[in-house]
Amino acid sequence: MIKPIYSKGKIVAKTGNEAMAEAMRQIEPDVVAAYPITPATEIVQIFSQFVSDGIVKSEYVAVESEHSAMSAAIGASAAGARAMTGTAAQGLALMWEMLYIASGLRLPIVMAEVNRALSAPINIHGDQSDTMGARDSGWIQIYSENSQEAYDNMIQAVRIAEKCMLPAMVTTDGFIISHCMEVVETYPDKDVKKFVGQYKPQRALLNTKKPYTLGSIELQDYYFEHRWQLAEAMNKAQDVVLDVAKDFAKTFGRKYGMYEKYKMDGAEIAIVVIGSTAGTAKVVIDELRKKGIKAGMIKIRVFRPFPAAMIAKDLAKVKAVAIMDRADSCAGTFAPLYTDVAAALFAHNEGKMPKMENYVYGLGGREIAPEHITAVYDKLAKIAKGKAKPSNKVEYINLRK
Amino acid sequence: MNRAQIKKAASCQAPLRASEIAPAGLVEAGTSVEFNTGDWRANRPKWFKEKCIHCLLCWIACPDSSILLKADKVKTSVMTGIDYGHCKGCGICAKECPVKDKAIIMEEEKK
Repeated sequence: MIKPIYSKGKIVAKTGNEAMAEAMRQIEPDVVAAYPITPATEIVQIFSQFVSDGIVKSEYVAVESEHSAMSAAIGASAAGARAMTGTAAQGLALMWEMLYIASGLRLPIVMAEVNRALSAPINIHGDQSDTMGARDSGWIQIYSENSQEAYDNMIQAVRIAEKCMLPAMVTTDGFIISHCMEVVETYPDKDVKKFVGQYKPQRALLNTKKPYTLGSIELQDYYFEHRWQLAEAMNKAQDVVLDVAKDFAKTFGRKYGMYEKYKMDGAEIAIVVIGSTAGTAKVVIDELRKKGIKAGMIKIRVFRPFPAAMIAKDLAKVKAVAIMDRADSCAGTFAPLYTDVAAALFAHNEGKMPKMENYVYGLGGREIAPEHITAVYDKLAKIAKGKAKPSNKVEYINLRK
Repeated sequence: MNRAQIKKAASCQAPLRASEIAPAGLVEAGTSVEFNTGDWRANRPKWFKEKCIHCLLCWIACPDSSILLKADKVKTSVMTGIDYGHCKGCGICAKECPVKDKAIIMEEEKK
């Protein structure tokens, strides 16, 4: 359970959606443009209530689709406003072309995203297929294990995005985090506002004294250079994420990094996981550690930019590692997180690789229970001892084949 | 990109590096001055100074700011000609000209 850390903090009961809406109220962006979609509806619904009650001065644009929501956020951000939106699954999919425009135009829009399965078959429950699909869109991606992290990540994302001139999405797992009531420590409005600071864009279209064109055509001659600038901005974003996290820890007391290491000291077997399942895994690891099994975990917080070199270093001494993906690539190879971790290990560890397994779990909200994670560690223990071999293909957890 | 950079870029002799250009393909206002954007015109507006009543309807309607003006002795703007470096030959000026015996007519561009 969340324990109070900040001297002026307030312990409250909030769902993930309420926590994200609360962060948005305190950030008080200039413009929010959004369209409702389960399970993210509440975030913007609660925020629109704040607007109509006069609690925030933000402009709320009720649009007719998510494509329009992202377009309006892009317009507002280009005009010089601090702009935010919120969505999930099909909504994010409908934003697709505009996601690339937001990052290409280097607009620091912040999105509250609730991870939900993509249709078909139609499903409203949690998995990470939606944002994993957007992993190459040039957006910073920050995932949250619980409501507290969702709240803290929203506050940090604003500063990270604006410093990097990159859009950022903060995610929670659909229903598991978005709709479950949890204990959250919130910070006073004044302190959050001070931490986030005023948005001072380098250039703004509404500044008519210094007019410019944004979004002009670039063909073979300059497109490549601008896309490289975008990739380079993402490369440099890791330092910004860590700087903001450092300041956040200094201000509010909670420590964040690119990822969280749980009992990785001396770990022989480990899993790499994203989101709420990390909470379940921690319980499993504690049990295993009591039995003398050296189990550990890396919980990815920031997936884009991907902390490749750091992860490679931390997994170097592990004998066997299972990469847990809550999204499938349907690629004939492996799921997204495995692909990145494998590439990181290969590139940075001079060929010294732990044995690796790839598990896809929890699609469409399928349950992932402690016994499922225990089974993964059991297999890893066998692999570490040389009694079993990695299957070298995607394994599915809790699936009826 | 600013005007000097655009001029350099347009020359195609020394393409700029990523480190030299603003993020997001941002282009400063007024850079079109450095380009001859009227070289693909099919029709060409012809202006008859003696027929012109200087109502400036063509100046209002021109999508390429190609109607040239100057202030006369009483500080009223008068038309002085057409900027053929930027005119695309759309013909709106000729269409909008309210003078019965048109002060601007379109004729075929002879290369």
